[in-house]
Amino acid sequence: MGRYIVRRLLQMIPVFIGATLIIFLMVYALGDPVTALFGDRSPDPATARALRAEFNLDKPLWHQYLLYMGKIFTGDFGTAFNGQPVTDLMRHAFPISLRLAVVALVLEMLIGIALGVVTGLRRGRAVDTTVLVLTLVVIAIPTFVLGTTAQYFLGVKLGWIDPAVGPDAPFNQLLVPGLILCLVSLAYVTRLTRTSVVENARSDYIRTAVAKGLPRSRITVRHLLRNSLIPVVTYLGADIGTLMAGAIVTERIFNIQGVGYQLFQGILRQNSPTVVGFVVVLVLIFLIANLLVDLLYAVLDPRIRYA
Amino acid sequence: MRGSIHLTMALACATALSLTATACGSTPADAGAGDRVVRASWGDPQHPLEPANTNEVQGGKVLDMIFRGLKRYDPKTGKAKNAMAESITTDDQQNFTITLKKGWKFSDGTPVTAASYVDAWNYGANAKNAQVSSYFFQFIDGYDAVHPADEDAEPTADTLSGLAVKDEHTFTVRLSEPFSLWPETLGYAAYSPLPQSFFDDHDAWLDKPVGNGPYRIDSYRPSQSMKLVKNKHFAGADKPKNDGVELRVYTDNNTAYTDLQAGNIDLVDDIPASQLANAENDLGDRFINQPAGIIQTVSFPLYDEDWQGADAAKLRKGLSMAINRKEITSKLYHDTRTPATDFTSPVLGKDGGYKKGLCGEACTYDPDRARELIEEAGGLPGGKITITSNVDTGSHRQWMDAVCNSINNALDKSKACTVNPVATFADFRNRVSGHKMTGMFRTGWQMDYPLIQNFLQPLYYTDGSSNDSGYSSSRFDDLVNRANAASDEGEAIGLFQDAERQLAKDLPAIPLWYQNGTGGFSDRLSDVRLNAFSVPVFTDIKVD
Repeated sequence: MGRYIVRRLLQMIPVFIGATLIIFLMVYALGDPVTALFGDRSPDPATARALRAEFNLDKPLWHQYLLYMGKIFTGDFGTAFNGQPVTDLMRHAFPISLRLAVVALVLEMLIGIALGVVTGLRRGRAVDTTVLVLTLVVIAIPTFVLGTTAQYFLGVKLGWIDPAVGPDAPFNQLLVPGLILCLVSLAYVTRLTRTSVVENARSDYIRTAVAKGLPRSRITVRHLLRNSLIPVVTYLGADIGTLMAGAIVTERIFNIQGVGYQLFQGILRQNSPTVVGFVVVLVLIFLIANLLVDLLYAVLDPRIRYA
Repeated sequence: MRGSIHLTMALACATALSLTATACGSTPADAGAGDRVVRASWGDPQHPLEPANTNEVQGGKVLDMIFRGLKRYDPKTGKAKNAMAESITTDDQQNFTITLKKGWKFSDGTPVTAASYVDAWNYGANAKNAQVSSYFFQFIDGYDAVHPADEDAEPTADTLSGLAVKDEHTFTVRLSEPFSLWPETLGYAAYSPLPQSFFDDHDAWLDKPVGNGPYRIDSYRPSQSMKLVKNKHFAGADKPKNDGVELRVYTDNNTAYTDLQAGNIDLVDDIPASQLANAENDLGDRFINQPAGIIQTVSFPLYDEDWQGADAAKLRKGLSMAINRKEITSKLYHDTRTPATDFTSPVLGKDGGYKKGLCGEACTYDPDRARELIEEAGGLPGGKITITSNVDTGSHRQWMDAVCNSINNALDKSKACTVNPVATFADFRNRVSGHKMTGMFRTGWQMDYPLIQNFLQPLYYTDGSSNDSGYSSSRFDDLVNRANAASDEGEAIGLFQDAERQLAKDLPAIPLWYQNGTGGFSDRLSDVRLNAFSVPVFTDIKVD
């Protein structure tokens, strides 16, 4: 187990270097960002040169990359064009996005798995059909539409929530954005759980458990659910990264100054320190989440062993 | 319309809500809502908040509140009026003596002196400091030495030789050549004075800028919010009529607009294009739509052979006449743009040089004549033409489609004009300033100061700082030079207008429309208006 974790951690190093290099190259390929700093006006050469020097943009690409990587290991992720260190941006944005992702993840786990079990056990009944149709609707409607509609009706017409989340983004303000963010995943989790439950409900060990005369609730939770959750856990693990990085739309609609928003700004302004910095941390989160998921398999299914 | 009924009802809800605004907000910011504080939308400034390093409206908004320069543009008329300047005198339009009013202080209590100005201007001009608005100091003698035009040259001096402090309240300015309207440019934020603390501890100053304006920054959380309170040391005439301003960064102006409807914010100064159709219904007389100093044009690559010569000029005129400006501005922009009939902006006013209809026939929609002209000129180069612009912001894609449709209809060909979208603004600007255009391209101009000179010289003077089309006309240059040297303002403006007539003849760019500033405010506020730079005049706003 320990060796397995160490090996997985070591594998992260090439992924980390590769990811930073690719993102760096991609932002670089977008072209020279300095011209845009002057608005609709032609840049004057001396100022442009000074700005390029300030952000190391006057050096060859490989040199820029080395300088950047060198600084990363000392904890300096460079500065955004508005003079803020990228680490400051991260310090603010990541906790917010993490809170949002946690809200979304908890909601999709609770609601999604509950719905999945209910529909799975009542296959073919009215409840099952209704939920299936609803999930289909949710998957079909873009987040943007759901988000703005919810914001308008809950925020403006009914006044139950603030349409915009404040800069500190406390948990209670993130409930609705979190729900909107997780809706699509929630639909998938529901369907995934349902299929899995339906399959396992017919298996031998469940029949045995029923024959043993175990209480129904115990059969469902200990035997059925535990075995049905393996594909769901895989999905949820992969979803953590998506929820954090893919929240651009939701974050924009609800004025959440999280990772998605900062990345969007960084790309628009072609500021490679911002983009690369944020993506690097996202890559790390993704890798660690995946590792945790793999370890969780062993907990759910003792037959799985790591060496 | 069903939609508008819904929105009207929403407005009623919003009104009811705003009465209990403190009850429904849970951010700590709302604690101040009971006071007379204006809660306004904001965007993340692109650059650090330094006077000479700010060239866009979000940073400009703050600078307008925390600084007062020598002059201030009257929010209603756009005229430059003395603010900190007691007098600005000259005998030869080249050497100016500036006397400051006494008793002004920065919000940290230190006095504003002639040195505060001279040091600030020297800082702003120096190429080493990489200030994006350095070019404002280009008229001052010695600019070449501190800010060489050549990319590879190092500055040979640290200070502008044209600036000299005479005593605590007097300094002199020598320009490199006569420029009669120069004092009128001094209302721009780049000319603000800076306190000693700016030079002593620059980083600390940037964390919480200190100025001499009507407000002082109470707290600043970069890219989130800023709270401004009255500056008790402020010695100017326009003292704030409210207790302060809270600026909140919004990730999207649609959200800001929704928040305004919900009563969580008082002032939104950029109504998103998608909401323009509803804004008048939603907000009634709390919807602001007034001219701003912005003109949108499309330029031609005159450095390209296809666009040189007499036939090409005829072709440009034909294209210009093929565009149905009126329909586009009313249908697409809901009258938040006005069809342009000259190369300046209505905010200049008649006395300032704006002349309705100066562009003449060339800016009038006449599809038949347009077709004739284009045919006479030998048709479009290669039978087709493109319009290029970035499409990441604004509604550029939509108006370009509309302009192309207009041209296609006039020519009765469906694919004669096509849109060439560029993904990011940076990429687009790189191509434009690298002279890589082959067809029409978007050029917009937001004025630096309300002077006719600013709409002409940087854009069309030979090798002007923003002459993207590569236009060069000795007659135009000559008229501009004479206008700058004229001692009488009326004469100068007349000469500038003559220069503009030359543009109307050559059409290096075709004027499309004047852009308005838009905004909306809650019923807590009154006396809300935008100045000529489409920045709200915060000091005048009253809060109930």
